[in-house]
Amino acid sequence: MNKKLIRTASAMLAVFCIVSLFCGGMTARADEKVTINVYNWGQYISDGTDGYIDVNKAFTEATGIEVNYLTYDTNETMYTKLKTGGSSYDVIIPSDYMIARLISEDMLAPLNFDNIPNYKYIDEAYKNTEYDPENIYSVPYTWGSVGVIYNTKFVDEADTGSWDLLWNEKYSGKILMFDNPRDAFGIAELLLGYDLNTESEDELRAAAAKLTEQHHLVQSYVMDQIFNQMEHEEAWIAPYYAGDFLLMNAENENLAFYYPTEGFNVFIDAMCIPATSDNKEAAEAYINFLCDPAICGENLSYLGYSVPSTEAREYLDEDVGISEVAYPSDETLARSQSFLNLSAETTKLMDSLWLGVKTSGGSNSPIYIIGIAVVAVLAIVIFIYRNNKLKKRREHYGSK
Amino acid sequence: MKNKLTSGPYLIWMTLFTVVPLFIVIYYAFTDSVTGSFTLGNMESVKNYIPIFLRSVWLALVSALICLLLGYPVAWRIAQAGAGSQRLLYMLVMLPMCISFLLRTLAWVALLEDTGIINGFFIKLGLPPLPLIRTNGAVILGMVYNYLPYMIMPLYTVIMKIDRRLIEAAQDLGCDGPRVFAKVTLPLSVPGIISGVTMVFVPAVSTFYISQKLGNTGTTLIGDVIESQFKTAYNPNLGAALSLVLMIIVLASTALMNRFSGDDESVATV
Repeated sequence: MNKKLIRTASAMLAVFCIVSLFCGGMTARADEKVTINVYNWGQYISDGTDGYIDVNKAFTEATGIEVNYLTYDTNETMYTKLKTGGSSYDVIIPSDYMIARLISEDMLAPLNFDNIPNYKYIDEAYKNTEYDPENIYSVPYTWGSVGVIYNTKFVDEADTGSWDLLWNEKYSGKILMFDNPRDAFGIAELLLGYDLNTESEDELRAAAAKLTEQHHLVQSYVMDQIFNQMEHEEAWIAPYYAGDFLLMNAENENLAFYYPTEGFNVFIDAMCIPATSDNKEAAEAYINFLCDPAICGENLSYLGYSVPSTEAREYLDEDVGISEVAYPSDETLARSQSFLNLSAETTKLMDSLWLGVKTSGGSNSPIYIIGIAVVAVLAIVIFIYRNNKLKKRREHYGSK
Repeated sequence: MKNKLTSGPYLIWMTLFTVVPLFIVIYYAFTDSVTGSFTLGNMESVKNYIPIFLRSVWLALVSALICLLLGYPVAWRIAQAGAGSQRLLYMLVMLPMCISFLLRTLAWVALLEDTGIINGFFIKLGLPPLPLIRTNGAVILGMVYNYLPYMIMPLYTVIMKIDRRLIEAAQDLGCDGPRVFAKVTLPLSVPGIISGVTMVFVPAVSTFYISQKLGNTGTTLIGDVIESQFKTAYNPNLGAALSLVLMIIVLASTALMNRFSGDDESVATV
């Protein structure tokens, strides 16, 4: 009787524990304060380090809206997270081509610009873009370009200038590469002289072959880990976003940057609201806050990415405002191209080619097969030997 | 009846979170990512990853064997210790598991990398730095380090339970130390060896983080490929197909290993 009671009680306790696990989120939501989920690139907002503004804290102080800030490392990760559902984000900041993809799949909510008066500060050059031609879904956050970061201590100046530095055998094992298909293919396409938005299967296969050629030289395929690897000189060469170079350069003076002669990608990252957002107005308030010239200027002084608003440039730190890296000359920019959204088939092909690139090489299959076979044979031999011995023993003593 | 009642919560748990997801995995593995119709395409493309499967199985096997060689003496020694120190030693084995697995792997990166602590020490001594990180060896090291407690735990439990009288009997009958070990202790600890090897092999074969951090671009494991399909490539169908094949490999190898422990009851009663 007693035992039964204990058992029932413990079962109930267990059920209670499990149920409360799921309810935890709900009771928190019952709180009166509005919380928005902001999903942004890693290392992509001023968070109060180095004496700069803590943007999210300032926003909460100004509006009373709490910010739950989460990060991703590539557009593709963000897309997958949105697509698989299960979580609701209120503000996301993808790049141009990804915004076009999200729009085409009806995953974004049209913005109410009455709630975003600061949109007027955005320069005309960053409106009516190819990814959002009617300015319905997005408000530019930053723009920037992709170039090569290298360590002057180890890399010969004569080898720099072109994307082929990333294919230079001399620096084998010290080269980092983008861990997302679009940026990686972009580099190979530029090197081969193709258009950045090519949909030709032959050209994509040639680009994949070019990337496979590079595979054995690459230390690792990374995104934001690049900061750590480059700053403490574990790697010497990496393609990355110009704004992040400025952050790295502040930590390690030996780093330098150039825009390759073959051309480079210029991108706009813009703020959008997913169609699944529950707090659209609060999200618009957040977007509006980030467009405020003073906030935007201070935020981007820390980030080093380029400002899409002339008013906000007034608020930039002086050295950032005049940086050739953040604001390349028109002559340099003439070499740049932006990414457009590719068709679903091309994206799928690129994804599978990219997986092929990453898993290529190092094929020691024969050695592995022999190794596995040896272990398996040994195991079987031991098994048979043991069985025989047991059988003999049983015969000897008589089985029970 | 009573048994059924008490196992109820777990059965519900297992149905909801193991059986149902398993069917979802199977469903995804056999549907097309775009049209959603039935296809064998995902299963067919699994064959492109055979070299990676082989690499994963081989590295996991080597790790399991190294764990066995390292773990057995430790487990044996703990089982021999007095009751008080037994608890302390056991706790020491478990202690690293209190720290996040990711953190421990990152600590190895800091130790092994070219500009890391060990090579920094070599350079200070005027020695040339060694290529420690981004090798197969480093991946195996990471696996052995992380999964060693899983080997020691079952071994210790089994060795501790060996009837001391059997060992004494062997000694009384004139068996010397090494032969007592070979004829009595080792055969009786086979169940521990089997479950230890299984407990190391299964997580090692599907591991993904260790190879990304400690391996090079050529040591991509099947876990890494599966992760990328769900995390960035948004191709859960291929990911599911790969997972399914991996699961079959794991089940087949555990079934094979379990055959070894089949006759242990009779060993103990001989």
